[in-house]
Amino acid sequence: MGIEIKKITPYLWEVPKTGDMLVPGRIYGDEETIQHLLKDIEMGKEWNALKQVVNVACLPGIQKASLAMADIHPGYGFAIGGVGAFDLENGVISVAGVGFDINCGVRVLKTPLFKKDIEAKKEEIANQLFRDVPAGVGSTGEIRLSMHEIDEALVKGASFAVERGYGFPEDIEHIEENGKVENARPENVSIKAKERQFKQVGTLGSGNHYLEVQWIEEIYDNEAADAYGIYKDQILIAIHCGSRALGHQIGTDYLKTLESASKKYHIPIRERELVCAPFNSPEGQAYWTAVNCGINCAFANRQAISHLTRKAVNHVFGIDMRDIKLLYDVGHNTVKLETHDVDGIEKKLLIHRKGATRAFGPGRIEVPLDYRDVGQPLLVGGTMGTASYILRGTEQGMKDCFGSAVHGAGRALSREQAKKRWRGDAIIKELAEKGIIIKTRSKPGAAEEAPGAYKDVDRVVNIMHMAGVNKKVAKMRPLVCVKG
Amino acid sequence: MTYKYLEHEADIGIMATGATIEEAFQDGAKAMFNVMFDTTLIEEKDEIPIYAEADDIAALFVEVLNEMLFKQDTDAIAFSRFLVKEIKKEGDTYQLNGIAYGEPLNLQKHDVKTEVKAATYSGLKFEREDGNYVLQCVLDV
Repeated sequence: MGIEIKKITPYLWEVPKTGDMLVPGRIYGDEETIQHLLKDIEMGKEWNALKQVVNVACLPGIQKASLAMADIHPGYGFAIGGVGAFDLENGVISVAGVGFDINCGVRVLKTPLFKKDIEAKKEEIANQLFRDVPAGVGSTGEIRLSMHEIDEALVKGASFAVERGYGFPEDIEHIEENGKVENARPENVSIKAKERQFKQVGTLGSGNHYLEVQWIEEIYDNEAADAYGIYKDQILIAIHCGSRALGHQIGTDYLKTLESASKKYHIPIRERELVCAPFNSPEGQAYWTAVNCGINCAFANRQAISHLTRKAVNHVFGIDMRDIKLLYDVGHNTVKLETHDVDGIEKKLLIHRKGATRAFGPGRIEVPLDYRDVGQPLLVGGTMGTASYILRGTEQGMKDCFGSAVHGAGRALSREQAKKRWRGDAIIKELAEKGIIIKTRSKPGAAEEAPGAYKDVDRVVNIMHMAGVNKKVAKMRPLVCVKG
Repeated sequence: MTYKYLEHEADIGIMATGATIEEAFQDGAKAMFNVMFDTTLIEEKDEIPIYAEADDIAALFVEVLNEMLFKQDTDAIAFSRFLVKEIKKEGDTYQLNGIAYGEPLNLQKHDVKTEVKAATYSGLKFEREDGNYVLQCVLDV
């Protein structure tokens, strides 16, 4: 199947509306991004991102465009980096538009330490974090919850953890949605999902999830950096994880519910994973209120991990835990109700972001007061060996892509290709020579996550910056990376 | 080995081929276990009954893989082998009964690799090919 693609600007491309498409596809990328996507089509690859952007453009109620950010790569149903906004009356809600790791996201803690303070104790902090923050397949957390407490966590989100002494009340205002979305109904989450979560609160998980000690190499935007309270050579700690098994099981359960709903409501589906239900149907509402539980669960999980991280840093450096402040926390596998301008009219929409971050610009009331003049921080993860970025949301992003951003570098090679090309211990040694300590229980996992298996994060971030929808604030380099 | 991994940039595609449907299910399960662990290090000390049902065979494949992920999480167990005892059709529903073999997860002993979050409907296939049965899906990792 051939797909036509037109250049709008050097950093934004369009797949014109044809056939069953209700809106065009719009992709942030440069020549290289687009050539890569077209090559996948030409080679007849079974999973290709461009086809996934087109499929989403065919879903009922989609508004403006089926969007993809510059870290676009093939996902299941939606492309990763995909953003789809839907009308509340006629639109649909989709499991694939959220993913199985509901509200997987990144939070960044600011320490008062400088790079020079940490060099001598790098190994010690690496070991302490590896010991204190459970990671990897089968890891369990120190927080054990009863069924009743799980329900409470699913409604209260990050506050649930704070109330139990995991973190501080002031953390809450620096979390997207204040760490809790409304309309979370634990009764719509299966007992199975809750059972899977009993031992997993406060665990990182595996795959691309990590906990990273980073230093700020460069500041690009002084005004935003001042608002965010960050400066050159400062030590930050980034946490990347999600809703763990609870989210996985919600996705698994509702995939079946929405498949039946697709048939019941006669929704044309171009890929089986893209099953969906009208947002206003009982099935759509049940999934949405369950997803909201998953979103809150991920906020609580990152809050619990922050506490373990603060404890480890306090132990090694003697810093007061309260002096390790939360910069921000953003999800990148979500579906949310948001108000946006559509053709000059303020409209409430259902926004799916699959491997894409919310990126609200200056002035939005959802942005914490101390950041409101510059726009919300966007936390973009690189790889074990490369840079991560802090960006900010812009007015143009609000106009062009429903206030959305990239979420990471995006994979360039499959995990199998990566394992054929690299060995885990060689990667760990090579990074050690560059001064980056990797702690992991899984050597093959380290090979799968090799920096070379990802797109160049500098290029990906640059595309969004040049397109004007996200702006660069700071660039960080890793010192210690704990992987699952 | 009658399963293979398919090129998928973010996740992992699995394809299992068997002379019978049962074999294809068993090999598909093995493919998933080997994403998570080195299955040669897992002894068959425990037998966990597995039941799944779905409207078609392809969905049954996803269903049974997800059921085993659930059991692994809640029972803190690592599986190395899956045996299908019976697949039957009751009315419009396909039902599968089987046994997953493994032992309690031991992070020191088992070479843990990558966690599988879920089996998905992406690229989901059940086909006859050269007289064999083929099952395929994408695992979210």
